[in-house]
Amino acid sequence: MAEPTMIGGRPAGQLVAHLILILGAVVVAFPIWYVFVASTHSIQTILRPPLPMLPGPYGPENYAEALSGGINRIGGVSVGRLLLNTTLVALGIATGKIIISMASAYAVVFFRFPLRMAIFWLIFITLMLPVEVRILPTYKVMVDLGLIDTYAGLILPLIASATATLLFRQFFMTIPNELLEAARVDGAGPWRFFRDILLPLSATNIAALFVILFIYGWTQYLWPLLVTNSNDMNTIVIALRKMISFADADTPWNLVMVTCVLAIAPPILVVVLMQRWFVKGLVETEK
Amino acid sequence: MATVSLRDVRKSYAGTEVIHGVSIDVADGEFIVIVGPSGCGKSTLLRMVAGLEAITAGTIEIAGRVVNDLEPRARDIAMVFQNYALYPHMSVFDNMAYGLKIAGIRGAELRARVEKAADMLELRPYLDRKPRALSGGQRQRVAMGRALVRGPAAFLLDEPLSNLDAKLRVQMRLQIKDLQRSVDTTTLYVTHDQVEAMTLADRLIVMNAGRAEQIDAPMAIYERPASVFVAGFIGSPQMNILPATVAEGGLTLAGGQAVPLAGPLPPAGTAVLLGIRPEHLAPAAEGLAIAVHAVETLGADAYAHGRAAGVGEPVVVRLPGNAPPAAGSTLTVRPEPGFAHLFDPETGRRIAQ
Repeated sequence: MAEPTMIGGRPAGQLVAHLILILGAVVVAFPIWYVFVASTHSIQTILRPPLPMLPGPYGPENYAEALSGGINRIGGVSVGRLLLNTTLVALGIATGKIIISMASAYAVVFFRFPLRMAIFWLIFITLMLPVEVRILPTYKVMVDLGLIDTYAGLILPLIASATATLLFRQFFMTIPNELLEAARVDGAGPWRFFRDILLPLSATNIAALFVILFIYGWTQYLWPLLVTNSNDMNTIVIALRKMISFADADTPWNLVMVTCVLAIAPPILVVVLMQRWFVKGLVETEK
Repeated sequence: MATVSLRDVRKSYAGTEVIHGVSIDVADGEFIVIVGPSGCGKSTLLRMVAGLEAITAGTIEIAGRVVNDLEPRARDIAMVFQNYALYPHMSVFDNMAYGLKIAGIRGAELRARVEKAADMLELRPYLDRKPRALSGGQRQRVAMGRALVRGPAAFLLDEPLSNLDAKLRVQMRLQIKDLQRSVDTTTLYVTHDQVEAMTLADRLIVMNAGRAEQIDAPMAIYERPASVFVAGFIGSPQMNILPATVAEGGLTLAGGQAVPLAGPLPPAGTAVLLGIRPEHLAPAAEGLAIAVHAVETLGADAYAHGRAAGVGEPVVVRLPGNAPPAAGSTLTVRPEPGFAHLFDPETGRRIAQ
């Protein structure tokens, strides 16, 4: 199949298209490159502008210190622990959101029960409430449940998702009714239909959503900041913030940059590894 | 294998009745075709038998058991859908095996049963393919195979051939008939195509606006349609329907032409509708004069479309294809004796003769 082309084979058009694309890529990638460059220089070089554009010789040293000796700077917690916390929270949020939203979309689309539409609208309305609006009551609930400084406390309040529920609802509604009826005639009950038919058909959607939600969970700031008191329950984003003191000279910028690189590596890895599925899930129309 | 009985089956949506009481006893192994125009309720009726639509009133029995409140899976039926409804992520084998797997059949027996059905439908080479890698005809056969493999009490087919091209449809029609005979399973088949209906059915249910207008063998319906609707629906081209008045020894058409008819007739002066099929009008020296305005030649046959003077309704006459009349000429025809149908213009019902 030929790739669709908007601009024909004209070399000039190709050149313009490439220039724009390259410019876009540079604009997006430059800050990340700068972070990486900074993570390979000594603190003295960083504090004496301008910062060089190429990596310096301190890379191994900085990374070794951040990974092993950085303990004091991040409140006595190793980077490994922070990464583990963040991974658990991001995974928990992504899987939790997918499970909850698939289950609620399944109920809303395929079952007839009293107040079905009312419940759907209730879910829909929560889209209009940003997390910040309900953050205090949520905090109170978490305190009452004794979930401060726990993974459950970090994950649970973030897994309800109106957006994901809506996405699954839209997808489920494209499933032909006959497929459900064929399954019913074949003897499949609600649970089997979900497991054998709906779940495999949703695989690409789940993958795409997982990537988005994993990054969402990874980059959470406000809620982890509130719900964790002890440093060893911090996520890496919170720890990063804590590493920066207001006086520039006190901040070990080279180590902050190393931590930054470590903090963005896992989400990039997830995107790269799941890219094929991710794109398929966003564009797939075949039913 | 089983009998299926419908007793005054009715269906209402939000107070509006759409099926007005259908009753039929289907014998074991019988092939019943439910035919009618779109919106007549034929699919709804089939889906009520399948358990996909609730039954508002009346009872449905399959194999002597009332199934009104049973789930589809508990009714021991298999269904073929118009768009086939194959599971897109499963191979042909898995599509056919799914129902059996749920029924707890595993291993060698499962494989043997699926392969036997696949052989009957010539699907053996495609067992590992996904539905999207199959042609329309092959998908249709997989849908058939999925029903066949279960060995159900009854097959329910909802317009299974309407998504195929004309040639394939003829081929599959014959195959379905053969399959049904060889497995000898009670079958309900919904279609809007009267050719499918005539060729497949042991008995036909002709439906109109939620009512079973007539239930009988195809030829019996063709020969003695119970109403104007059935007369017009079964047979192609449609039966000519002409308003007339009973006279001495025949009828008088609206334009004053006399049509001689033998046999007992209603009292003279009664208004009737005369139904006569295109194939039962024969050229004659004297009779009904028709001004021909168009001729369709189909090879073996030709259809002359025209009007009788003073009669609003068009008249179609079937003629041999070798010497069709020219458009603009006048054709004189006579109903063949014994093939005229009389209907009551008020009720549309057949007048007994």
